[in-house]
Order: sequence, then C-alpha cells, then structure tokens
Amino acid sequence: MRRLLSALGKPFTQTTGLARWMLVAGVAITAVFVICAIFAPWLAPYGFAQSSAHGVEFPKTGPPSSTHPFGTDRLFFDVISRVIWGARTALEVVILSIFACVVLGVPLGIASGFYGGWFDRILVLVMDALYVFPSFLLAIVVSFLLVDVYGGSVIAVSLSLTVVYIPQYYRVVRNTTLSAKEATYIEAARAMGARDFRIMRKYLFGNVIQSVPVLGTLNAADAILTLAGLGFLGLGIQSTEAAEWGHDLNRALPDAGSGVWWTGLYPGLAIVFLVIGLTLVGEGLNETLNPTLRRRRLLPVVMPPRERATPAEEQS
Amino acid sequence: MSRGGSGSLPTYIAQRVLLVIPMIWVILTVVFFVLRVAPGDPVSAALGGKLNAQALEQRREALGFNRPLLAQYWDYLSSVIHLDFGTTFSDNQPVLRVIRDNGGATLTLTVAAFVIALVVGIPLGLLAGRYRDSVPDAGIRLFGILTYAAPVFFVGFLMQYYVAEPLGLPTSGDASPITVFQVQPKTHILLIDAFLSGNTEAVQDVLKHLILPAVTLGLLICGVFIRLVRVNMLQTMQTDYVEAAEARGLKRRNVTWRHGFRNALVPVITVIGLQFALLLSGAVLTESTFNWPGLGQKLVFYINNRDYGAVQGIITFFAIAVVAISLLVDIVNALIDPRVRY
Repeated sequence: MRRLLSALGKPFTQTTGLARWMLVAGVAITAVFVICAIFAPWLAPYGFAQSSAHGVEFPKTGPPSSTHPFGTDRLFFDVISRVIWGARTALEVVILSIFACVVLGVPLGIASGFYGGWFDRILVLVMDALYVFPSFLLAIVVSFLLVDVYGGSVIAVSLSLTVVYIPQYYRVVRNTTLSAKEATYIEAARAMGARDFRIMRKYLFGNVIQSVPVLGTLNAADAILTLAGLGFLGLGIQSTEAAEWGHDLNRALPDAGSGVWWTGLYPGLAIVFLVIGLTLVGEGLNETLNPTLRRRRLLPVVMPPRERATPAEEQS
Repeated sequence: MSRGGSGSLPTYIAQRVLLVIPMIWVILTVVFFVLRVAPGDPVSAALGGKLNAQALEQRREALGFNRPLLAQYWDYLSSVIHLDFGTTFSDNQPVLRVIRDNGGATLTLTVAAFVIALVVGIPLGLLAGRYRDSVPDAGIRLFGILTYAAPVFFVGFLMQYYVAEPLGLPTSGDASPITVFQVQPKTHILLIDAFLSGNTEAVQDVLKHLILPAVTLGLLICGVFIRLVRVNMLQTMQTDYVEAAEARGLKRRNVTWRHGFRNALVPVITVIGLQFALLLSGAVLTESTFNWPGLGQKLVFYINNRDYGAVQGIITFFAIAVVAISLLVDIVNALIDPRVRY
C-alpha cells in the first residue's frame, strides 16, 4: 500500500516549478469532472433527457434563471444537467477506449516486437497506414461502419476511438520491446530456461509499460475532442442515449444566430476545460516519467568544473 | 536515412516516390477491406426503400458486388490507378465529379486557414521564444493551449455569436446565391472564378463568407505553429553560432533577426506537412459548422445516406492527397535543407 502511494505521489514529489504547477492544476480540473461524472445523479438538478419536472414543462431555449442556472435548450432540456451528465459520458467513452487500446495494443506491440518476422511486418504496415491517415476521418469512417451494429451508443464510439489511437500504443510498445529484448537480463532469463510467454509477461511488460500512462492521458484529451467532433457531426451518441457535449453544440449552432448563447457556451466550455485539464496532467507526467523527454525542458547545461586528472591517468 | 544515396536531389526524390507507392497501396488495401468487412449490404443500405428487390439486384450486379472479393479488390485498385474513384450509390454520380465540384471550396478554406495560422502563429511563436518566461510568453503559451483545447465547432459557435452577429458577417455557405449565379465556373474555385469575372462585388462577397470559417480553422492549427516556433527559437538562441554572433559584438536585435529567427523557421516546413492531416480533419468540422459546401460536408452528407460508394471514393481521395502532400513537403524540405538528403 505504501509503495503504491509513493508511486502515485512520485510525479508530484519529483517535480518542481512549472511541471508541478501544471500537474496540480491538471489534476484539480480533471478531478472536478470526475466528481461530476461519478455523482451526476446527485449533482445534476434534472435527468439528461428530462423536459419537465413536477408536471411543469421546461421553457424552450429559456434563458438562465434560478430554476435553470444555465438555461434550457431547444429540446426543452436543462443545460446544466446535460453539462454534468456529459462529464459521465465523456469519461465513460474515454476510459473504455483507452482501456481497449492498452489491452489490445500493448500485447500486440510486445508480441510483434518480440517475435518479429512476417507477423511483425504486416502489423507495422497496417498500423502505419492507420497512423498516417487523418485520425478524425478514420474515426468518422469507423463509426460509420459501427452504426449498423451498435447504433449511436457509448460502445460504438469507444470502439472507433480505439481504432484511432491503437497505432500509437502499438508503436511505442513495439519499439521499446525491440530495444529491451536485446538486454542482458532477457538473455539471462532465457539462459535460465524461461519460456517466451514468461519473458514477455515478467521481463518485457514491466519495462515497456512505462510510457503508457503519459500516452494514455494525452490521448484522453484528444479523445474528448474526437468524441465531441463525432457527436457534433451526428455520428456519435444520440441525445436520448446520453448527454454528449458535441451533439449539444450541434443543436446549439442555429441558436447563435438568434441571440441564444447559453446552449452552446456551457457544453463548449466543459470540453475546453476537460481537455486542458487532461493535457496538463499528461504534460506534467511527461516531465517526470519520461526520461527521454525530460531533456526537452531546455535548461542550460552546466558542465561540472573539470577535475585534474589523477596520476594514474597521467601515466597512461 | 539512406546511406547508399549520394545525397543528390534527384536520387532523394526518386527514393521518396518509390517509398510512397507501397504506402498508398497499404492504405488503399486497408480502406477497401475495412469498408467491405462491415456487416450489411452496401447497396440496400444506400438505396433500400427507394428501389424494389429486382432493381436492387441489378444495381448490385452493375456495381460488381456479386463478384468474388478479390476480383472486386483488383477492380478497385486498377480503377484508382486510372484516377477513377468509383460512383456514388445514392445519387449515382462519379466521385471524381463530386471531388471537382466540392474540392475547390475545401481547398480555398484550407489554404486560407493555413495562411491565417502562419500569419498568427509564427510571430507569436517567435515573440514567446525570444522573451522566454515573460508575461507575453505565458500569455501566448496559454493561447496556444486554448486553440488546441477548443473544438473547431465551439470556436465557430463563438464566432457566429460574438463576431458575425455584431459585424453582420454571413455564417453559412461560401457565397450568396447572386454571386454563385453571376460568376462563371471556370476553375471550380469560387474565389478565383470571382477574380476572373472582374466583378468586385462578387469578390467581396466571397471573401466575406470566407473570413470566419478560415479564421476558425486557422486558429486550430496556429497553436501547433506557436509551440513549434517557440521551441525552435529557444533552441536556436542557445546555439554556438548565435553565441558567436553575440561575441562579435553584433547588436542584440540583429542577432535575433538574422541568426535566430531565420534558422528557427526551417523546421516549420516539415511540420506543415504533418499538419495537413489535422487540417483536413478540422476542415470537415469547420465545413459543417459554417455550412461550407466542401468535400468534408459532402462526406458527412453521404455518410448520413449510408452511401458506401461515395464514402470509399472520398476517403480514397483524402488518403492519396495526404500521402501526396507529405511527399511534396519532403521534397521541398530537401530542396531547402541539404542535410535532409543524406
């Protein structure tokens, strides 16, 4: 337990200055959304698809008032409730898709890097093709294909996000596996008679998984945007299935011309804040966990004062 | 990375072109099979309810859906080589015509957005890099983060409410109906056509329609430029040649301009190529936000009509465009920076 806590605290205790500030701010912002997501039924005054309460119909695109702090939209829904419920949808989708990316991408990457051969080559080709392709267009195509199977549900959108982000996990893990498998400890394990599976599980996995948390947080930020984009185009989650900020903005768009700002402003701000929060967490983690990127801080290098050579070296 | 190459430009270009061919092939293969493994029958998905069973069967026959998958795959590849991207199912048009009619609007939007992104992003990036850790630097970096975090359609919404309303700018389409009626379509790029017609009102009208979508999309990418130029500027200002210039007693301003700025801009060209994919994705959303009659909006339209033929054709075109642009950027980069060729 103590080890876990110290591991979790490591990003905080080992950072200074801007990195720590970013991490704290990011965690705070993200925490607000996580709380909204978990306690949505208690925090939100109404349901996400509720258009009347106590027998009273909500006004259509009603301005912010005491009963509806963020106003109501053109479907008679309460905006603040949809913003709060939207946090739940966003986090559900992001967690599902990142989880799927890790569960599929990491083993594929390890196996591909470990075994090599034609299996590796084909996977690299396919993943590269997916990676080169504009990610949002890819998400559009995949959700276009999945609509027939799953409809506009959380699962369908999560799966399309998985397809978009999986090449990144695969690439990172495969490349680290390629270099890690040449290490002497792998050779030692092999010499002791460890099977392939055991080597991958016990020796490669732990070394390769290091880069996943940073990638996961940064992807989560991007995934929020992709999810909202799909929702905006009407390819994501349907309004009655769950509250989704992107789709709400789509419905709010005609309001901009008629002087109604509250239907679009709040869902939009929710997206902006959550993306910023997750980005800050990701960048903050990056500075601490990723030793190769730590150098990017561009601090001036101070060379140690040159020591006088020892007599032994002078002789040689 | 090729060690065998002599470092000459033609060799480099030839190598890059040769590498692009398998890349395109893989992408096309993925596009084809991904769209084919999908459950359901594309023809009835697009036309079911509009035609009877017999007519549907005829269409299936005509489009070659009854043939073995590999034969269809072969047909697809060979027609793409002949620059034939197939036909749409729902309104039975050659995809190439859809691309010709709507591609111009997308091209105008993306180029304008790019110009705005460069004009806004590069000076801000240079400024932030030059005055590192100052108040402007913090402000500019925050602005950069905001442009990344704000979705295009949200910026579009704000633009429509806070800018278009007070200024009376149009928020929908690429020109008013009168302009479209008056201007002869020659190049299928409305802005150029308007210029060619010599009708100043038409040009003004087109530009008025262009400004908001272009700014919205431009803001999306300018964050990337700010970040990149800033980091490059920081790195350049720490190099030996800048230090040498300072040591020679050159004025601070001259050093920044002649030694710092110029060299900080070189990597921007590489990133322009990488941003094209982001630009295309953003264009799809911008077009939907401002009802811009481009290819992205057309793609969404066909997706809502479940038109596999059109989706496949447009996606194929996008894929080839992305790869071609990255090839072009690599070549330009090699022209400018001899180090790339080795």
